[in-house]
Amino acid sequence: MKDYHKSEFQIALGSFLRNRAAVVCLWVLGLLYAGAIFADFLAPYSYQNEDRDYSYCEPTRVHVRDEEGRWQRPFVYGMTVSFDQYHKRVYQEDRARKYPVEFFVQGDEYRPLGLLSSKLRLFGVAPEGRIHVLGADSRGRDLFSRILYGGRISLSIGLLGVAISFSIGLLVGGIAGYYGGRVDNILMRVCEMFMMVPGFYLLLALRSVVPANFNSMQVYISIVVILSFIGWAGLARIIRGMCLSLREREFVLAAKSMGVSDLGIIVKHVLPHTISYSIIAVMLSIPGYILAESALSLIGLGIQDPYASWGNLLSEAMGILQIQFAPWILIPGLFILVTVMCFNVIGDCLRDVLDPKIKKL
Amino acid sequence: MVKYILKRLLIAFPMLLVMALLTFVLMQKTAGNYYDLLKMDPRVSPETVERYVRLYQLDRPVLVQFLSWAKNLFRLEFGYSFYYNIPVKNVIAGRLLNTFILSFASILVTWLIAIPLGTFAALNRNRFWDRFIQTCSYFALSTPSFFLAMLLLYLGSRSGWIPLGGMRSAHYAELSLAGKCFDLLGHLIIPVAALSVASIGALQRIMRGNMLEVLGQQYILTARAKGLPEHRVIFRHALRNALNPLVTLLGYEFSSLLSGAALIEIICSWPGLGSLMLTAVRSKDVYLVMASFMMGGVLFLIGNLLADILLARLDPRIRYERLS
Repeated sequence: MKDYHKSEFQIALGSFLRNRAAVVCLWVLGLLYAGAIFADFLAPYSYQNEDRDYSYCEPTRVHVRDEEGRWQRPFVYGMTVSFDQYHKRVYQEDRARKYPVEFFVQGDEYRPLGLLSSKLRLFGVAPEGRIHVLGADSRGRDLFSRILYGGRISLSIGLLGVAISFSIGLLVGGIAGYYGGRVDNILMRVCEMFMMVPGFYLLLALRSVVPANFNSMQVYISIVVILSFIGWAGLARIIRGMCLSLREREFVLAAKSMGVSDLGIIVKHVLPHTISYSIIAVMLSIPGYILAESALSLIGLGIQDPYASWGNLLSEAMGILQIQFAPWILIPGLFILVTVMCFNVIGDCLRDVLDPKIKKL
Repeated sequence: MVKYILKRLLIAFPMLLVMALLTFVLMQKTAGNYYDLLKMDPRVSPETVERYVRLYQLDRPVLVQFLSWAKNLFRLEFGYSFYYNIPVKNVIAGRLLNTFILSFASILVTWLIAIPLGTFAALNRNRFWDRFIQTCSYFALSTPSFFLAMLLLYLGSRSGWIPLGGMRSAHYAELSLAGKCFDLLGHLIIPVAALSVASIGALQRIMRGNMLEVLGQQYILTARAKGLPEHRVIFRHALRNALNPLVTLLGYEFSSLLSGAALIEIICSWPGLGSLMLTAVRSKDVYLVMASFMMGGVLFLIGNLLADILLARLDPRIRYERLS
């Protein structure tokens, strides 16, 4: 009990770091985000590099021993395709073509930050062969590379969406709670309106509004906007409830008597008191955005080919035949699952740490 | 009570209409309608398209269109589907039933599993089985339902025992009544499992929390002190009180299932409201979208209303006046 000289934040941080599960999840998320940020370098291929000869090619096996059983540096075989009696593609390793796995190779070109041009990639094989660590999709694009690139969209959409919807939710909730009365009444009815319509239908309806001729960046932004448009209402209601009681406190009166403007009081004095709740809510609502984007992309209304997002990658698994014959196209779903779980674990841990009122049962 | 229900409906209905207006305007104001797509079809003459556009008043101002649509709502007419070429309500009626079957089945499964599980976990608090259930429900909570559905489809296709996709087998019409029910149940397995798993995880946790809270109350101590057998304490005194707060959830779950079911319907090709909505949105079948949309809103309303009424019935401390 030597906590008396520590700030509240330090105490919270300390007990957060003592939760092993949360720290592991933090690391996993860190890795995922790093993978997305450095996708250009880590992925062996660019997201649109395709080779139709490798359509639905199974994950490439990396060998360390050759046919005669001698140890060698890791290498892969080239693949030859043939068709069985059901016209299903059957891939076979072509023992004659051997490609060693090389590190720091020259691969597809990319432009980090749009300025420099580089071709350096962490690993790869000679251009005649192909390495698909997690298999290939229908057009013979590398799933592993596309997952890394897809993380850029799937992982950022949660953060961006939360940032937008929380600014709206906090502001609306703050205003409604602070002023009360008629303002409160109207704003809350508006919130209820948004909460009344089942989220997925609202998502579909709003998506149908986005013009078809938008380019991928515009679609991305409109999806973020749509998702945050749906998400702010729930938060606004809770914040409003908190502000209703906060506005009766003395510090609000003090600020008022010092002549701080209403908006100033709301933003600088009232809302900061809701911060620990907001942090928890942010963590626990990010998965919702990731899932919503995935759902939208899954049914073909989100991010469009050739750009990748995890939902978009999973959309290849919409048919039973594809799932049956190329089960590795389900792997992006695993990434969604892990991400969602990490955010949930961290959110739960934060709640335990930041909200002493909720005792751990 | 009637007064309370009426009041709730009176507030909700205009809100629903405003939301509908927004959607309508947004859908009509953006580029293209169903007949713009049809114009590109060389088999359809421009005159035909022109005639339809005039017939459905698509050349009139948006607000006029909306008003005539809203007026018809009171006669329970929801307009005409461009895509299916029959009145919207005929399209929706069958689909709604299917969605109901799916939602009802998954609510049933969720509650029948989660309540005993949560109670069991609470009674074995912090022992092995409790820890096990909590860990499992954490995974269940974090598994996206669509991913689970795909996984189940994969496993199903591997084993070949479970019917995949759709609602009925090809030979459904030839089956006896019992066979038909059995066939339907078989097709329900994957979508219901996909929908239920996450909710079981969530509900189980809430149930466990409630139960623990109730078990700490003094009336439980009293019941035990007066020598009641343990099963009576738990089932008569604790369980009933722990279930009370969950009733509100039932209403919310009802509405969220409708929305969550949509995606599962699409993946498992279950012919419900969700998959209908998707085709409607894609083909810009405005009135169909609007009707599905309204239906979703109405179901949400009913769900919440039912939850509130049930809660007041179960807990005499709650009065209707305070609910609003």
